[in-house]
Amino acid sequence: MKPILAVEKLNTRFETFAGSVYAVNDINFELFPGEILAVVGESGSGKSVTMLSLLGLLPGSSSRVSGRAQFSTAGIDVDLLSLSKSELNRYRGNHISLIFQDALRSLNPVTTVGEQISESLITHLGYNKKKARRHALELLELVGISQPDKRYSSYPHMFSGGMRQRAMIAIAISCKPEILIADEPTTALDVTIQSQILELARRLQRELGMAVIWITHDLGVVAGLADRVLVMYGGTAVEIAPVDELYENPRHPYTEGLLGAIPSIANKGIKRLVSIDGSPPDLFQAPRHCQFVWRCPYAFEPCWQNIPQNYEINKGHYSKCFYDLQNNRPRTEV
Amino acid sequence: MDKLVQIKNITKYFDVKRSFIKLKRSSVVRAVDDVSFAIHKNETLGLVGESGCGKSTLGRVILRLQEPTSGTLFYEDTNLNLLKPEELRRFRTKMQIVFQDSYSSLNPRHKIGEIIAEPMTIHTEMTYRQIRERIYELLNLVGLKPGHANRFPHEFSGGQRQRINIARTLALSPNFIVCDEPISALDVSIQAQVVNLLQDLQDKLGITYLFIAHDLSMVQHISNRIAVMYLGKIMELTSSDRLFDKPLHPYTQSLISAIPIPDPKKERMRKTVVLEGEVPSPVNPPAGCVFHTRCPVSDELCSREKPEYREIEPEHYVACHYAGVRKVTEIC
Repeated sequence: MKPILAVEKLNTRFETFAGSVYAVNDINFELFPGEILAVVGESGSGKSVTMLSLLGLLPGSSSRVSGRAQFSTAGIDVDLLSLSKSELNRYRGNHISLIFQDALRSLNPVTTVGEQISESLITHLGYNKKKARRHALELLELVGISQPDKRYSSYPHMFSGGMRQRAMIAIAISCKPEILIADEPTTALDVTIQSQILELARRLQRELGMAVIWITHDLGVVAGLADRVLVMYGGTAVEIAPVDELYENPRHPYTEGLLGAIPSIANKGIKRLVSIDGSPPDLFQAPRHCQFVWRCPYAFEPCWQNIPQNYEINKGHYSKCFYDLQNNRPRTEV
Repeated sequence: MDKLVQIKNITKYFDVKRSFIKLKRSSVVRAVDDVSFAIHKNETLGLVGESGCGKSTLGRVILRLQEPTSGTLFYEDTNLNLLKPEELRRFRTKMQIVFQDSYSSLNPRHKIGEIIAEPMTIHTEMTYRQIRERIYELLNLVGLKPGHANRFPHEFSGGQRQRINIARTLALSPNFIVCDEPISALDVSIQAQVVNLLQDLQDKLGITYLFIAHDLSMVQHISNRIAVMYLGKIMELTSSDRLFDKPLHPYTQSLISAIPIPDPKKERMRKTVVLEGEVPSPVNPPAGCVFHTRCPVSDELCSREKPEYREIEPEHYVACHYAGVRKVTEIC
């Protein structure tokens, strides 16, 4: 199958007074039509920056993005990173749309929720106001907001956290995008509301057949949602695998540590959580070796000298690590 | 077991003024409504609930950081309600709190050493040298280096700042610490570090915790007993194992079912109960059982009569008419 989005050698730097920040380093991944790809990592691991780079949403003055991001679907085949701002606007919002973590800050506080949904329909699909309103009401209904007629003319502050996130989703799916990027949409929500939103995301993905990139730091959320998982650390993609494979057979020490760090109701009685000692790396240094080496319990000499390549472990399962976790010894190639 | 802290019929109401010019009558938010429980010595009592359910308010009321509207607070045999401000201040050395936001609870203009020294200069007669020794000892205890004492809060990461907060809390060797969502703002791998630290400190120093959180899986890991709160009321209270093996309240059952399991196969197999709607406003909570508007198994009785908070089995308290009779999972 041809990927709908193929990202190659994506690099993002920020120029600051203190020097360059190496926020994203050589990321490669593919997204296939109709799949849910989860991107997991700690804060500062570069997961949001990766997505913002793809859509040209970073401040142009201080950031430098390089690489390729081939977006190909029916009749379209473009490299998103080489487009100008006005060309990008043809794809952003209708072919590729984005949901942010903080729904209150991403909605306009002085416009009604309904108008904000209509707005994208009018801009991208050329609807007139009346048609846009009718469609917006359907969308509100689709994302599970009761009494759409009444809610259409409510302002964002009148909505609760969960409803705001639903409204954001309504805006994001209004133009039936091929790709939906969700940047930690459930992090600020309570568990019961989180499960409502996850349920909604699963249903919409099935009904509309979009490809979804779901960014999160919670491996628990990913388990029930994703088809494939990309694990990020220090601006690099350290492991990518189908979801079952990743949980059963993590092959990067960081993934292993992350899985050990979550207490689970399924494995009660564990007295001590596995914690990953130390703190995330300083991104002011250009990576010259594995970014995880300071915190890695398995680190040995080569880890300090080279950046590990992407080793294929199984079909579709890649890990950037010199250590063979399964056989508990360094890789023979090293 | 010995009771360290005991609270009886605690309520905390906040007045809300509806408008600037008093046109309408002011109304009341029932943040904590008739809550009673005891915390035993050397145990961790977990307190969980959704945001806005009053769990943080309860934590503050127990320390009398906020005055309860009614009800009594006991620390061992002392009735905290009757303490005068000066006596209460002396009592503070025994009871401390760790806040959620590790950044705003540290003064950005003070060095770490000054921050940790402050409780000791206020409450004790320790000399400068003794205080300095104690600071180094505390920093070691929470896994930081003595050299960190000369740095400012902004130089630390979230996890490290939370360690500094814990160090300050420990400065006066308290017996009881309220942990108000200490790990919610931290990354998963760092959460595990802080939880392990809290457990080690408990083993070493015999501290009693009230651990407030909204993440049931973490609470399950750290607590001996768990209280589940909803709209200012305790819905269920029992030992951590029992709560997960045999939850009796429909709210607890749906909360447990909403926790994502970090295992794709198990996650796909199980049936989750998705609670409809959202938490009602605490300004006018539903009549009868406060949970009945979202409860999958409620009926007419629930909307009419308040369920009694009762000990249904030894050490297992539930406030539900149909505790143990109706289960949410059978409905689905």
